[in-house]
Amino acid sequence: MHLTPSERTAELTPSQPRRAQVGKLFLLLAVAAIGAICVLPLVIVISASLSSERSLVEWGYSLLPREFSIAAYAYLWHQPDQLAASYGITTFVTVTGTLGGLLLSSLLAYPLARRDFRWRRPLSFYVFFTMLFNGGLVPTYIVVSQVLHLKDTVWALILPYLIVPWFVLLLRTFFAMLPVEIIESAQMDGFGEYRLFFRIVLPLSTPVLATVALFASLNYWNDWFLALLYIDDRRLLPLQYLLVTIIQNIEAINMSANTVTTAAPAESVRMATAVLAIGPIVFVYSFLQKYFVQGLTVGAIKG
Amino acid sequence: MNTAYPNQVSGPADGGLQRAERKYRGVKRLLRDAPLLSMTLPGVLLLLVFAYLPMFGIVIAFKNFRVSDGIWGSEWVGFANFRYLFSSSDAWRITFNTLFLNALFIAFGTVAAVALALLMNEIRNRWLNRVLQSFLFFPYLLSWVLVGYIVFALLRMENGLVNNALAALGLPPVNWYMESKYWPAILLLVSVWKSAGYNSIIYLAAMLGINPEYYEAARIDGASKFQQISRIKLPLLAPVLTMMTLLQIGRIFYADFGLFYNVTRDSGMLYETTDVIDTYVFRMLRTVGDIGMASSAGFYQAVVGFLLVLLSNLIVRRMDKDNALF
Repeated sequence: MHLTPSERTAELTPSQPRRAQVGKLFLLLAVAAIGAICVLPLVIVISASLSSERSLVEWGYSLLPREFSIAAYAYLWHQPDQLAASYGITTFVTVTGTLGGLLLSSLLAYPLARRDFRWRRPLSFYVFFTMLFNGGLVPTYIVVSQVLHLKDTVWALILPYLIVPWFVLLLRTFFAMLPVEIIESAQMDGFGEYRLFFRIVLPLSTPVLATVALFASLNYWNDWFLALLYIDDRRLLPLQYLLVTIIQNIEAINMSANTVTTAAPAESVRMATAVLAIGPIVFVYSFLQKYFVQGLTVGAIKG
Repeated sequence: MNTAYPNQVSGPADGGLQRAERKYRGVKRLLRDAPLLSMTLPGVLLLLVFAYLPMFGIVIAFKNFRVSDGIWGSEWVGFANFRYLFSSSDAWRITFNTLFLNALFIAFGTVAAVALALLMNEIRNRWLNRVLQSFLFFPYLLSWVLVGYIVFALLRMENGLVNNALAALGLPPVNWYMESKYWPAILLLVSVWKSAGYNSIIYLAAMLGINPEYYEAARIDGASKFQQISRIKLPLLAPVLTMMTLLQIGRIFYADFGLFYNVTRDSGMLYETTDVIDTYVFRMLRTVGDIGMASSAGFYQAVVGFLLVLLSNLIVRRMDKDNALF
């Protein structure tokens, strides 16, 4: 769903064609300027990743590469250990976390949307109270590291974000809008709650599921905070946190140390890694964009 | 309610029977609820561990926490951690920075989002609208780490784009990551850049809900475009605007850790203007290792933050029940 104004005001009144033209031009310029501001910073990063190391040292970053070179990507291709490991971790965390979170969140949200469920009110309070109050970083850190002993495990990157109350709220709102008759007639046909949920409710809810899936995958793919807190083992570094470490230290890339490092293309490699980290999210977004807009408006203005 | 089991028998002799029957009914109802209850079980348990357990763990702010003794075993010290925190200049600084910067973000962010929504609302061309929307969302997709990279490319001392531009104008370069006075403005720009497009969609949706007859009537009466915006769109947008702003104000005591940690590159020279409660708690916990300071600052944030959320929600609820969180 794209939010475009309907054609209702499309016709300009003929009495003021000149002013309308000027207005149109102004509008186009504004759009171009804003579009540029949004994407140009990324263009700089891409350009830097495609520049020769020498030109970056000499002149710094620019909008277009002054000396085109794919050395950074070639370097990453031949030094794949850390990068491949991080890609693997991030992919695993994103896929597991998104699918698992989607399943458990909708299982939690659906009963909360059922008006005939007697525990609806207390459980809703239980879930949504966590949006208002939380223990904060220190107790959470102690629980995860010293009570659950999740430090340096991949679960520390997945479990804390598995149930996000806001997603549960989105799902519940959507489930509650499904016609009651569908549920009642399925019950009449002898559907149990689980069969009803998986065979009827979920298939009818693809828009909200896609929205939550996109938000959740963005959450996991872009996360570096959990790694900052809980991961010291280099083999478990997710992509974004790898980027945090290599902005200070190019050594992170060639930790395998089996090669004599002959002046690694530090700057451009950093930027190439950054580009590789963005790629998948842009790809996924381009597919799910229409749901993204829809979900946002559902979440913002309930009902 | 009990029509299925009418009270056919009464009298003291049958009390035991009634009780047994009531119990049986209770079990039966629980069994009926069992499938739906079991659905919620994994989520309920996860929240118990990752949300409720830490809530109780908040008591460590009143303890001298030692890893070996655990949360419950550590010694109670009353308000000692708080006395320590509030007697330092840190408490005032992080409170001020958190409130001041968040207030800036809310004010400018809202204006930018509404302006973008107005702009998108004027674009009739479907294709152009679509492209603009994709572009506006784009910064929202990037992680704070990447935003930190981009800002670094712009602001770095040698060969940063901004310093190169300054040099081209014959101005001396600025060592941005050492000069704290520029950072409220820099953080504001970055924050608005990243989230204004995302927020504008909410306002755009509200604008699209406005009955087009209003505009037609206004046009017939000779209202200019500007008048249509200031007299129709903005007033009709006011409820959504107030609601969104209040909800943001409710969260004013919580800072976006990713922004403050990555974009400033955690540069100690900038703490004067960029250190917020969240970064302070993190640093005390992980870098300095002073759990007393970290947990008391965290407690302070949790409690004041909670009161602000409650207050703002109370006001939202008064205005429009549907938009209140509870």
